[in-house]
Amino acid sequence: MPTFGNTQLKLLERLCNACAVSGDEGQVRRIVLKELDGHAEDIRVDALGNVLAHCTGSGKDRLRVMLSAHMDEVGLMLVGDDGDGLFRFEIVGGIDVRQLPGKAVLVGKENIPGVIGARPIHLTTEEELKHRIPLEDLRIDIGPGGDKVKPGDRAVFATRFQRNGPVLIAKALDDRFGVATLLELVKNSPPNIDLMAAFTVQEEIGLRGAKVAAYAFEPDLAIAVDATPSYDLPDWEAEENIAYNTKLGLGPAIYIGDSVTLSDPRLVRWMAETSKVSGIPCQFRQPGAGGTDAGAIHRSRAGIPSLTVSVPHRYSHTAASVARFDDWKNTFALLHAALARLTPALLHSERA
Amino acid sequence: MKKLIEKLTETFSPSGYEVAIRMLIHQEIKPLADEIHVDALGNLIARKGTRTKNGMRIMLAGHMDEIGLMATHVDEHGFIRFTGLGGIRPQALTGGRVRFMDGTPGVINSDRLTDLSKAPTLDQCFIDVGASSRKDCPVRLGDVCAFERPFNDLGTRMIAKSMDDRIGCAVMIEALRALRVSPHEIFFVFTTQEEVGTRGAATSAFGVDPDLGLSIDVTGTGDTPRGSKMDVGLGRGPAVKVKDGGMLADPRIVNWMIRTADKAKIPCQREILEGGTTDARSIQVARAGVPVGCLSIPTRYIHSPSEMVDTGDVLKAVKLLVALLSAPVVL
Repeated sequence: MPTFGNTQLKLLERLCNACAVSGDEGQVRRIVLKELDGHAEDIRVDALGNVLAHCTGSGKDRLRVMLSAHMDEVGLMLVGDDGDGLFRFEIVGGIDVRQLPGKAVLVGKENIPGVIGARPIHLTTEEELKHRIPLEDLRIDIGPGGDKVKPGDRAVFATRFQRNGPVLIAKALDDRFGVATLLELVKNSPPNIDLMAAFTVQEEIGLRGAKVAAYAFEPDLAIAVDATPSYDLPDWEAEENIAYNTKLGLGPAIYIGDSVTLSDPRLVRWMAETSKVSGIPCQFRQPGAGGTDAGAIHRSRAGIPSLTVSVPHRYSHTAASVARFDDWKNTFALLHAALARLTPALLHSERA
Repeated sequence: MKKLIEKLTETFSPSGYEVAIRMLIHQEIKPLADEIHVDALGNLIARKGTRTKNGMRIMLAGHMDEIGLMATHVDEHGFIRFTGLGGIRPQALTGGRVRFMDGTPGVINSDRLTDLSKAPTLDQCFIDVGASSRKDCPVRLGDVCAFERPFNDLGTRMIAKSMDDRIGCAVMIEALRALRVSPHEIFFVFTTQEEVGTRGAATSAFGVDPDLGLSIDVTGTGDTPRGSKMDVGLGRGPAVKVKDGGMLADPRIVNWMIRTADKAKIPCQREILEGGTTDARSIQVARAGVPVGCLSIPTRYIHSPSEMVDTGDVLKAVKLLVALLSAPVVL
């Protein structure tokens, strides 16, 4: 397996600290384009802002494999200027409104600092403390003289990437984990396949970038590389936790089904077998709600066998997620090992 | 035809796992079609006939998949928690039997309910396969199962699980068998993953690239006690869909279908279904767009383990489909 350590962590840190709310992915796209330079052919930015790149292999009978990771993150959009540096805003993608009050944010292309203000406890009545503050009552406050910011600008949580030994804490691990993984796979693309990398836009608001990327690539099969929530905490009353989605420390999470995709069983078996023969751990994500780029990709053209592999992390779509370095490293390792042993025989049998 | 319906409805193939039903239908249609292939999403596509001067490229879609359940967790005592594949109705679950793809049978029950006037939620339900621990449970996370219920022939009516949409598959197979001459090149597509969002129809329609698309699917009825207000009932012939929750049939196709039925003296009903949809929804937005319609088989208790159809409606649906395919289409 190629080395995977501090260099990759530095890249992940830069990606997580960049601000790229759906529809405004420029900051991440610039990092992606720079990293791809010299490692891929035919690098281009399509009409929606996806970055598409090819790594042509050298073996015979190469499958065309699309890997996709989304550059965008959930965030906020300023929608009204109340004056004095106060702005009304809306949510872009899925964020729990209860997560918002009191959080520091970065606004616009210049990452102007601001805060989602909340009344201090000194001035709040006991009755008010029982209720959540509705979105309409919240403002982003960048202070007076905030003329560098205007409605239409996006905002993200101001969390900076941190590492504490095996623990990673950051915003936007969904899906900078995937973006960083995919960049490393491009740099170490195995020769037996043609790797087609799609760094997609607008996943969080409806898998929009992946839809057109898959149409353009027309691959033989596809894997979405994403990040998925873990809720692997002890259940109350010491009952068995039966709805954890994934667990930290068990390695990459293979999807069997979510609300928009039923993974191709052949691809699920291939990934699980790779784990077995390589000794790289993996887990199956609990089937259920949620969706990834695979939801758009598998329905493209006459159909594309698809799978999702995700890095587990706690507190997804909030200001700060917690993850383990080893889960990420093993995600890269498993995907690399799986791609390296991929042959057209995988698709010779009917989907079953 | 009842023997065929029995075989089709007693096969277990939930959405995304249509292997068994695909093999069965493949065997049935092998001697009847000119060419058969399976696409990337598992759709079974059978071509029949060549297109003449007055002919069209027609796609028929009946979905092979049925609703089912997928295991999400096996607990330390061997009980299986699950999520639904397709529109599962919790009130139809408790006490029902299921069968997993490896043959393992199980029974559905729920946590003890404090309010017996309410149906349990999916989260409260579990499957018991007779295991006593996680270790001796043959089911693993991600394994899928479907309802187990025998086919019952009541003479003028039939009951089975998965009439939705094995009855559509049966109508297509019988039409393929009965079709003698046609000016059209017809693609009989037995689709996958309809119940989770008409996914197989989307990709097969792109592949077939038809001039005209027709779904053959079940629709609800309004003829049961205090049932929904819907002007469709069993025994009044097949239904011609005008609209449902996801699509508007092309009015020219609605007229063509009703005209053809009138001419052949086949009774039919006009259908407006307020909820739910069918494969034609995906077909009509494939590529640059396709005019579509839907021939529906009125069905009671859809998405329960015991769905009921009228035998006469089914036979008339075959007759109408053959009549539709036997002559040039004038829209």
